[in-house]
Amino acid sequence: MSTSDTPQRGGDAALINASIAQLRNGLSAGEYTVADLAAVFARRIETIDPSLNSLVSRVEPVEPASSTGRLAGIPFVHKDIFCAKGTRTTCGSRMLADWVAPYDATVHERLTQSGAVLLGKTNMDEFAMGSSNENSHFGAVANPWDTNAVPGGSSGGSAAAVAARLVPFATGTDTGGSIRQPAAFCGVTGIKPTYGRVSRYGMIAYASSFDQGGVIAKSAADCALVLGEMAGFDERDSTSADRPVPDYVAGLDESIRGLRVGIPKQWFSDALDPAVGDAVTVAIDELRAAGAETVEIDLPDADIALAAYYLLAPAEASSNLSRFDGVRFGYRCEDPKDLQDLYERTRSEGFGSEVKRRILVGTYALSAGYYDAFYRRAQKARRLITDHFQRAFEQCDVIAGPVTPTPAFDRGAHSADPAKMYLEDIFTIPVNLAGLPGMSVPAGFVEGRPVGLQLIGRHFDEARLLNVAHQYQQRVDWHERMPSFAADSANDNREG
Amino acid sequence: MSLTNDQLQTVAHLARIAVEPEWTEALRSDLNGILEQAGRLDDPRLNDLEPMAHPLDQVQRLRPDTVTETDKRETLMAGAPAQEQGLFLVPKVIE
Repeated sequence: MSTSDTPQRGGDAALINASIAQLRNGLSAGEYTVADLAAVFARRIETIDPSLNSLVSRVEPVEPASSTGRLAGIPFVHKDIFCAKGTRTTCGSRMLADWVAPYDATVHERLTQSGAVLLGKTNMDEFAMGSSNENSHFGAVANPWDTNAVPGGSSGGSAAAVAARLVPFATGTDTGGSIRQPAAFCGVTGIKPTYGRVSRYGMIAYASSFDQGGVIAKSAADCALVLGEMAGFDERDSTSADRPVPDYVAGLDESIRGLRVGIPKQWFSDALDPAVGDAVTVAIDELRAAGAETVEIDLPDADIALAAYYLLAPAEASSNLSRFDGVRFGYRCEDPKDLQDLYERTRSEGFGSEVKRRILVGTYALSAGYYDAFYRRAQKARRLITDHFQRAFEQCDVIAGPVTPTPAFDRGAHSADPAKMYLEDIFTIPVNLAGLPGMSVPAGFVEGRPVGLQLIGRHFDEARLLNVAHQYQQRVDWHERMPSFAADSANDNREG
Repeated sequence: MSLTNDQLQTVAHLARIAVEPEWTEALRSDLNGILEQAGRLDDPRLNDLEPMAHPLDQVQRLRPDTVTETDKRETLMAGAPAQEQGLFLVPKVIE
């Protein structure tokens, strides 16, 4: 791609804060070229990312496949769990540190067909297992709002990159909260669609009955645009949902007057940091001011949901990750003395501690004599939680509450106790158990660290979630806030 | 329910993960912490519920038994740590 002069109008600062629709207009009007835009964001990655570590690989931009698609010329980054042919795809692991994807994920194929321009792959918790991005072979990621804080995980690199305005949007995946929690911690907007809405083909598997790809962007409007391009039936994913994708952008401007918003009373308990609770309550008041009605609902047993998830997801992981054997992909230990030694040392050296912990928990839960006590019991709990949601949705159209019990915590705060770290996911995991769509929307700050409002919808009701989030974002400007060091860098970079 | 050292070694072997001796105690304590949470699943309300394997209770889709992928052996094997003439190389298995 050739680069012409840097755009003159407003400099980089205007471009990096622009919506995707505004960037598309600028490109169509000839104010700047696709190459200009890629260069602006590539330069930000170059100068800012060394202090964040949000990317594990940079990708040289190529001419987009479409000049008319809805994302034509829009730069983006992938969570490094998505295969893009010819790019290194590591999943945050030593196991795949040098593995080059031989094919494209459906998500990548669809985004590039729409004209989006890949600039890099983002850092993540190894194999998507983590809530802090501290479990990456490529090092921790800093939260752009406070570099002592974690960005959340597992899509921590994607959330940090969007928050620092390194790209207009990033892909993410969410198995137990991995899009919503980092989006909340980094003050950006994220959507985890209904299970089956976005193809899992070419997305490296963690827990297949939970994994779901989605989007992290600055606003609900941007998420709507990108999700519309990513979503839809894919015959190469056996659990892909064969139903039409509505025009998510078209529904954004609908009024939310009369919308019934369910507030789960159990989520506003002692487990919730009162300051986070206050911010979320103010956000819910804003929905009421926009004409929504609120109704108190029951969503009990979050502790049972957590216990079930931390058996089911590791059980599925222990099976999915058995493919990393030192024979077919990636890493192999030095000088194996026999095949057994090759398997055991390769996996011991290639996986980090958290991945090994989860594989071992999963193997135990599935092993003879324990299957009924753990795995089957957890599947019954999954039904219990899903039934709770079903009853709740008889009284309301969407559910609103916190994404996380606290704002972003300090790096190293939970590393001594994995079970404690798991509590971070208490409000996100129930949504994955039921396969529902969920969003995180910036809703203020506590001591300089962002807070997220979680919106949960019925199956395949992404359009309504995006509509509610967009209407909220018409009334507040939390999603337009930018971390100060990223803003300073924008000024430093400004040319023309 | 708590995991003994012997059980940990058995599980580690099943998972083909070598656990270094210096990690064993800390790992055992971590795993027991996680398994302790599983005690919440003793709730009697779960007894009569149907186990749920898939969030949408979908059935497996079938497709016609026709060839859809062409041979990509070389491309797909390029990511293997050791290979020769289209075969994965491993240490000698049969003496």
